[in-house]
Amino acid sequence: MAEQLLDVKDLHVYFKVYEGLLKVLNGVFLNVGAKEKVGIIGESGCGKTTTMKAIMRILAANAIVAGGTIAYRGSDVLQVGMQDLMRLRRTSMSMIFQDPTAALNPVFKVGEQLEDIVRYSEFISHTPTKQEVRTKAVDLLKSAALPEPERILDSYPFQLSGGMRQRVCIAMSLASAKDLLIADEPGTSLDVTIEDQIMRELKQIVEDRGLSVILISHSIGAVKGFVTKLYVMYAGTMVEEAPTDELFSNPVHPYTQNLLKAVPKLTGGGVPEGIAGRIPSYLTIGDGCRFASRCMSAKESCQAHAPPAFDIGNGHRVACFHYGDI
Amino acid sequence: MMSTEQILTVKDLKKYFKTTRGIVKAVDDVSFSVIKNETFGLVGESGSGKSTVGHVIMGIYGPTAGSITFMGKDISKSVGKRPKELKKRLQIVFQDPASSLNPRRTIAQILELPFKVHHLAPDGNYAEKAFEMMDLIELPREFAARYPGEQGGGEKQAVAIGRALATGPSFIVLDEPTSALDVSIQAKIINMLMRFQKEFDLSYLFITHNLSLMRNVAQRVGIMYLGKIVELAGTPEFFSNPLHPYTKMLLSAIPVITPEEEALKPEKIMSTGEIAGALNIPLGCSFHPRCPFAMDTCSKVVPSIIEYKRGHHVACHLYPSAGNSQ
Repeated sequence: MAEQLLDVKDLHVYFKVYEGLLKVLNGVFLNVGAKEKVGIIGESGCGKTTTMKAIMRILAANAIVAGGTIAYRGSDVLQVGMQDLMRLRRTSMSMIFQDPTAALNPVFKVGEQLEDIVRYSEFISHTPTKQEVRTKAVDLLKSAALPEPERILDSYPFQLSGGMRQRVCIAMSLASAKDLLIADEPGTSLDVTIEDQIMRELKQIVEDRGLSVILISHSIGAVKGFVTKLYVMYAGTMVEEAPTDELFSNPVHPYTQNLLKAVPKLTGGGVPEGIAGRIPSYLTIGDGCRFASRCMSAKESCQAHAPPAFDIGNGHRVACFHYGDI
Repeated sequence: MMSTEQILTVKDLKKYFKTTRGIVKAVDDVSFSVIKNETFGLVGESGSGKSTVGHVIMGIYGPTAGSITFMGKDISKSVGKRPKELKKRLQIVFQDPASSLNPRRTIAQILELPFKVHHLAPDGNYAEKAFEMMDLIELPREFAARYPGEQGGGEKQAVAIGRALATGPSFIVLDEPTSALDVSIQAKIINMLMRFQKEFDLSYLFITHNLSLMRNVAQRVGIMYLGKIVELAGTPEFFSNPLHPYTKMLLSAIPVITPEEEALKPEKIMSTGEIAGALNIPLGCSFHPRCPFAMDTCSKVVPSIIEYKRGHHVACHLYPSAGNSQ
């Protein structure tokens, strides 16, 4: 078993809003080993990004962490002091966001933004000279497969294409991600050929640098070729965890099965029916299985209790009471 | 045997936009036709001009040159004073229902409007018409007084589809109707569209960037690149025997989830480069800077679109007038 890097256990995150309490994350678990590539798939609003923000501790002010632990290298991220937290973000973990246009400040040149981060993350022991910072920034852009790094440093984000902007964001995150890189839908806002390039480059980078990765996406195909272990998330819960090949060859949770079926296939054969209904409101959500209202195999007992994650061997876990007979 | 009666024919369509920095050739000599009751898929990356084609057909703006024939009548010259009768027959569903539906109108108000504009309820009972439409798009009648903002993405898009159907159209431009939706919701919306197509004798121009989806819903597919159609063929032929290097690159870049799909992909062409800006379209074949097979002529001569095989059109110098010699 690989060395443990991140171990999230039974995480509960709620949001206080005018109407009451949004019970978003409900017992989320997640396990990332050193140099391991892990993916999370799930549809919009299922809590993927909230989980990542909890790990980085950048949740919105109205968020309440109601329970659980986030062990990062043995210490609980939720408990560490601000100083240690800053140190983690400076030197260990970083995040790439979905929309590079929103992640970059439009009124500063790429160079200013990137060099800020370089100054913050790469030089812990001494104050660097301008030249040192510049050189490091150029290196980072080069490792993110950007041609003409000098020109890019002197450009404003709007002067770059979407793909180049996302590469800039990747370069930025590489400054501080020495151990863990969280990529939140890095290709979603890009064209398919550009997404393909970015994902290939990103994979190369993390393998070269020996980073652990959490890749979030709702594009199931994009995740498949990238990660070795997959989590399927639904309505703030992890419904299934399995090695990638195992998950695709033997999906067990009814949600996973339906989700995989709903993807239009290149082989044709029409588009299947999809999943009726929608994610329940986090405001009024009950204690039972959160998928029960949309599940064809749901029984009465499903409404009463939330299923724990059952271990079914081969590193495969599934949160469904009826996993045996589906 | 499918009928071959053409409902819409676009011939040598051009749409240029004047900007302060020069002329943008958004659509440049595009010709295709849509056969009655078929779904014609127009596929391309952002900036390829596919939406502009749809908008010109709808009369959102007039063409710079070329003709559009709809049900035997030329409609290209009359933008702005298109008769109401024509507007009834020709409808559009936009990509993002969150912005195409007025957030300050209730669902009932949104659905009543087309009936009012076209005087489609002789007894003046528009509310009943709206209710009937809600039944058709499988929205509970209780939702009538709700606002679009309170609905999920799938429900909003269903309302947008209902609004398009209200006037009894024979042709609908679907401008990326599902790209803002999750896959399980996409499946539902697509199935709804396919059912309506049969039920109401509709023809669709389906504009999308999703080739896998087109494999499942379109009878014929055209690929656009920088304002031109580079390949056009019947769906089975298109996917089993793609000719244009750009098509092959697109197909290679699609993330797939089953081994059967992987096997179906053509010779892998790694995606490189990005789509050029519409202001400085490369000379000759606009794809040549990204093309692994580019020859001398490619940077000089614009390839014209030829019928390489029966029903299979391609614009590429790799296929020199083979169709013409037979």
